[in-house]
Amino acid sequence: MQIQHDPRRARLKLILTLLSLALSALAIWWANNNLSSYYLRILNLAGINAILAVSMNLIFGFTGLFSLGHAGFMAVGAYTCALLTLPMRSKQTIFLLAPLAWPFNAVTLPPFPAVLLAGLAAAVMAYLIGLPVLRLRGDYLGIATLGFAEIIRVVANNIPTITNGALGLKGIPSFANNLWWTWGWAAATVWVTSRLVNSVYGRSLLAVKEDEVAAEIMGVNLTYHKILSYVIGSAFAGVGGALMGSLVTAINPKTFGFMLTFNILIIVVAGGLGSITGSVITSVIYTVLLEALRPIESGWSIGPLHVPEIPGLRMVVFALVLLVIILFYQRGLFGGREFTWDGVLDWIDRKRNRKQEVAG
Amino acid sequence: MTWAVFAQNLVNGLSLGSLYALVAIGYTMVYGILRLINFAHSNIFMLGAYMLFYADLMFRLPWWLSFVIAVIVTAIMGVIVERAAYRPLRQAPRISALISAIGVAYFIENLGLVVFGGRPKPFPVPAFFSKSYQLGSVYMANIAWVVPLLSGILLFGLMVLVYRTKVGLAMRAISHDMETSSLMSVDVDRIVAITFGVGSALAAAGGIMWGLKYPQINPLMGTVPGLKAFTAAVLGGIGSIPGAMIGGMLLGMLEIMLVASMPALSGFRDAFAFLVLIVILLARPSGLMGREYREKV
Amino acid sequence: MSERSELSVQDLTMRFGGLTAVRDFSLELAKGELVGLIGPNGAGKTTVFNVITGVYRPTSGKVLLDGVDITGWRPDRVCKQGIARTFQNIRLMRSLSVLDNVIVGHRLRLKSSLGSAILRTPGYVREERELIQTSLELLDSLGLVHYKDVPAGGLPYGEQRRVEIARALATRPRVLLLDEPAAGMNPQESMDLCEFIQKVRRDFNLTVLLIEHDMSVVMGICERIAVLDHGETIASGVPAEIQANQRVIEAYLGVGYKNVAAN
Repeated sequence: MQIQHDPRRARLKLILTLLSLALSALAIWWANNNLSSYYLRILNLAGINAILAVSMNLIFGFTGLFSLGHAGFMAVGAYTCALLTLPMRSKQTIFLLAPLAWPFNAVTLPPFPAVLLAGLAAAVMAYLIGLPVLRLRGDYLGIATLGFAEIIRVVANNIPTITNGALGLKGIPSFANNLWWTWGWAAATVWVTSRLVNSVYGRSLLAVKEDEVAAEIMGVNLTYHKILSYVIGSAFAGVGGALMGSLVTAINPKTFGFMLTFNILIIVVAGGLGSITGSVITSVIYTVLLEALRPIESGWSIGPLHVPEIPGLRMVVFALVLLVIILFYQRGLFGGREFTWDGVLDWIDRKRNRKQEVAG
Repeated sequence: MTWAVFAQNLVNGLSLGSLYALVAIGYTMVYGILRLINFAHSNIFMLGAYMLFYADLMFRLPWWLSFVIAVIVTAIMGVIVERAAYRPLRQAPRISALISAIGVAYFIENLGLVVFGGRPKPFPVPAFFSKSYQLGSVYMANIAWVVPLLSGILLFGLMVLVYRTKVGLAMRAISHDMETSSLMSVDVDRIVAITFGVGSALAAAGGIMWGLKYPQINPLMGTVPGLKAFTAAVLGGIGSIPGAMIGGMLLGMLEIMLVASMPALSGFRDAFAFLVLIVILLARPSGLMGREYREKV
Repeated sequence: MSERSELSVQDLTMRFGGLTAVRDFSLELAKGELVGLIGPNGAGKTTVFNVITGVYRPTSGKVLLDGVDITGWRPDRVCKQGIARTFQNIRLMRSLSVLDNVIVGHRLRLKSSLGSAILRTPGYVREERELIQTSLELLDSLGLVHYKDVPAGGLPYGEQRRVEIARALATRPRVLLLDEPAAGMNPQESMDLCEFIQKVRRDFNLTVLLIEHDMSVVMGICERIAVLDHGETIASGVPAEIQANQRVIEAYLGVGYKNVAAN
């Protein structure tokens, strides 16, 4: 037995990958310089949503851990990053009621290390939470993690020397309003996640998802693999939270309610559990759709007909669209399928063969 | 805490706990039968309060009649939600039904914003409920005993329905094994619809009584009580009706007592429910009354 | 016993609440032996497997593998120590391919770190390639390689049993526990399975403990047999002894059976 190895195809795939990376870079460069700030903001938000969705897919779609704690880890990341990047002068004006605690009152970091530390902080939090609760199963795990996320939020509301309490933080440096940042991190998330799930480690994660008992008997250490997936996924949730804080420039504990987690869950399920491709594409569709629906509630007039602003109508329509999608695509838009060069090349080969058959 | 204050807190805890229990029942019944977390339940709770508001405002009916009408109308809405958004997904992956529930929650919540408006509305509270008496050093309004009493009656009625009637037997059978029950000629669709109706009716009653206690209603009023009630259902052991009652009572009581005994921590009140939940789940992974989960190997 | 047993179960008792599933069960397996564990339904056979593999921690008693006390170890550690098993109700990762199932079995010998797996360092790539190669060779030697890309859940029942055994072998066990491998098979399939088990035992130098209801399988391949009934060992010995044992016959067929047999 030999593993099939086709050097020509391997080279072709490498070329295609490099080519598409170059094209993406070019597209980002062009968009950054030519699109209006409104469109850039939407695209940035889509990138952040992609980070959040892919990371949740790692935890839920690939490892089968029904965790609803994403918003909590985003909060940890967002606060960490904001406190590290806010200039000293802003900190002094923001923290009027209670002085800011050490070390945040002493340091200001450039964005990149701040985002890394935000991911790290979320990862540490995920480790501490995951160690006790990942033993729980199914919906019990879901509600316990949701509970932890809510606890994080309530705590944020009550430690003014770090979070400024309910007033939150304002004037966060908006470095993330830049496609290189958002889509760069999205690319990093996709890269790490796909490498992980396609490795031997990833097969163990899938095994844990399929059958915990059998996996453990086959020598898969359950705690290790669950924590592994949870910590990596949550680290990226922290990064996503950090970028979102920087994009919207103001955060407070209300920003990170459990509805935020649900929105990401919707993207993940609509895109297909266990499909990174689905998560990324659905993030874009979701973000653009929500934005495209905005005009219907903002009030408009055609001639004498005048429709006033109707807050909430957008979400009504969105909810209907979502329900229709769920009813018709019960396994998500992409099922469990992935985009791969092999898939594309095989498809082209098949087409070509069929043409030859017809011709012959 | 003096005895009088303690007694007052006890009554407050009882009243909050019984409301949590009423709402928790709806979560637990639906979960027991469909294994579905019905996130729209907290919106049904909100609808109950609004239905009473409009019944009272538009028809000027006696309060008790408005109450009955509001509960019935809300129950029907619950049944419609099941028919439209959950029944088509009964054979689908469980997560799809969950997303559908979230979609319904968004839909009702935002439709509420569109139709009722975002501004809070004053809830009609008959004078009887707010009339208060002095007992020693504390004041107590009628509402303080009406809520636990009315909840108690409703919960008793529910127990009779579930454990003493044919419909209840069918509910328990389906919750045990839906497929077998349908083979034994139980009309699953009808029983599921009744379950949603009953759960929604209890939630409506809960929403209305919540409005009596806190007489300002808005379309988002269900979110926090709904989440707490769901927490109560889980810590009681989701799927278990006695568990939901115990969980609701426990949570309401602990919450009131925490704030009363340690006012400095009142800011953490909303986190407290989850802390209790997590501690209980770590000790008993299926909740207090939940069926112990042991996988057959 | 002068020689150290490969697997030694000593005075094992397992209680669930008030129910005693297994009482004072003892069994010694010498290296390379093939021993059968039989008994009526509910006799506690699978419970014995579950205790040996660490799914349950026994109420009392000990499990030793080549002299190492593994009582109460976590299942993955037991596996690493050298015990693999299959399940009564086949537990493959149904949506994973046959090859991936086997790779999961090989997982515990992966040396590369997580970091090198994500970065795909040359060291990791080499190790992964070797691992896949080994898995393919294993499948090939068992005549299963043509299924390598098929989702395990899509295979015919009998083939799933074989894949499950292959997956167990991938962990390179010293001792293999088979829980009703012939369940649901017709006589021909059972015969094939017997040969398969014999071959596997020889090729992989294994000690095998086998739960089985199909007496043709048990009597055909087991060198020794232990009989459980209501959690207690009622007999043990070579197949001929077991076949003649009155208590065994009663346990299986009820007390009145001997009269029928006498007629």
